[in-house]
Amino acid sequence: MSVMVETLNLTKSFGPITAVDQLSFSVKRGEVLGFLGPNGAGKSTTMRIITAFMAPDSGTATVCGHDVLKNPMAVRQTLGYLPETAPAYGEMSVEGFLSFVGAIRGMDGAELTNAIDRVVELCRLSSVRGQSFETLSKGFKRRTCLAQALIHDPPVLILDEPTDGLDPNQKHEVRRLIADMASDKCIILSTHILEEVDAVCSRAIIIDNGKLISDCTPEELRSQSVRHGAVTVAFEGVEVSVAAPTLGALALAEKAKVTEVDGAPAVIVYPTGEKGLAAGITELAMDKGWKITELHVERGQLDEVFRTLTARGGE
Amino acid sequence: MQRILTIAGRELRGYFTTPLAYIFIAAFLMLSGFFTFKISMFFEAGQADLSEFFVWHPWLYLFLAPAISMRLWAEERRSGTIELLFTLPVGVGEAVIAKFLAGWALLGASLVLTFPMVITVSILGDPDMGQIATGYLGSLLMAGGYLAIGCCMSALTKNQVISFVLTAMVCFLFMLSDMPVILDFMEAGPRWFTDAVASVSFLANFDSIRRGVVEIKNLVFFLSVIIVWLYACTVILDARKSA
Repeated sequence: MSVMVETLNLTKSFGPITAVDQLSFSVKRGEVLGFLGPNGAGKSTTMRIITAFMAPDSGTATVCGHDVLKNPMAVRQTLGYLPETAPAYGEMSVEGFLSFVGAIRGMDGAELTNAIDRVVELCRLSSVRGQSFETLSKGFKRRTCLAQALIHDPPVLILDEPTDGLDPNQKHEVRRLIADMASDKCIILSTHILEEVDAVCSRAIIIDNGKLISDCTPEELRSQSVRHGAVTVAFEGVEVSVAAPTLGALALAEKAKVTEVDGAPAVIVYPTGEKGLAAGITELAMDKGWKITELHVERGQLDEVFRTLTARGGE
Repeated sequence: MQRILTIAGRELRGYFTTPLAYIFIAAFLMLSGFFTFKISMFFEAGQADLSEFFVWHPWLYLFLAPAISMRLWAEERRSGTIELLFTLPVGVGEAVIAKFLAGWALLGASLVLTFPMVITVSILGDPDMGQIATGYLGSLLMAGGYLAIGCCMSALTKNQVISFVLTAMVCFLFMLSDMPVILDFMEAGPRWFTDAVASVSFLANFDSIRRGVVEIKNLVFFLSVIIVWLYACTVILDARKSA
């Protein structure tokens, strides 16, 4: 796998605020990189630097070997970009807009027509093809702008919150589209929605205050959760307040706490790190004659890890 | 070149898909007719030339050119399309030239549509066609000067009204820079400086052209105005396109 996007000690300040601080990472072909971070963490700024819209104060980025400072035109040729606000010229029709972007990218004639047909189909825009952009719903606007990013079938895609403002069906569609394209492209997408990271990303980067604070797969990220491997269990025939201390005393259990599942009382048992906690709990319940009504092994929650990693003191 | 034409074409179509182009052309024709016939008393003057028609052009452009230029960059900033445009393989200079050309084409089209004036004087008398052609050329170049200033002002803000007012103000200064009001203000400065200020007056540079006297220096002047302000526009956009 070859590296297609690389940033090296990228730094960018706006007045006293350092938006991006010594950020280095690289993304290979076939990877879908989820770019996570709280609002104002520097996600959009980083994307704007990679797309050669904005110059960094120091450090640099390369896209397919082209330096954003030395050869911005080549960078822009090789990537497709969906800005966060999904902008387009309001008075233009969807087709007219796509045709404009295609023409700027050097397409014409049958090549342009085919490219427009292809992205209209991919992004499910055929019903609004002739409609002017300003009259579209939020979801169609975002998909029109996504279509614009795909029109030249670029090897690198930079998508700033691609599913923002879409309904659940549209979200699913766009994620499927991204997953379908993933194998031969390099895709960077920013998002607030952690389930999206699970759904499409092969790797996740978390940045906060412009600094890289985590770079791993979604599964590794999840395993940092204190709930990772924890078992939630509900019983019939015994009070949770009675069961909890007994469960907490198990050799494989770190501690046990009373919790709720869908409003019903339950116990959550945290593991010490070794496997086999669920089996241990089942055995204990059989010994005691408690009837298990529900048992669930937690995979760990991304949003909890996210909050732990990006929590800022005093805010 | 291909990209310049694509962007200019898009911009020009934008003028015509909104009522702006039609309103602009109608306003330009009505006002130029009104001033020429009602204020300058064109018929009563009994002269078969168009100098009384061209004399109003600097004043018409003063508030019509900013109306065309105000949205060029301010609107790109407001709607965020500037981020889209400059992440496409488009150079800032190319985009500036393209948008300027689109606005200039609209102004040019308005000028062309004043052709009934030429027909009128040809019927009434035997005008010097060379002189009229010179007048039109000068007027077009001067319109480009106003428009270039407007492009630059539009790049400064995301608010079209601010863009309009700034443009009208700067154009007004340039128009009247050889008037005593402005020159008195600069009295304390060295002589060469007041001369320089006076020499950039749009009115003074247009005056001989409208009378049919082609002096290269006047044509060069308006061309330089266009180039300098478009260059300034490029510098501004380069520095703060993301602002």
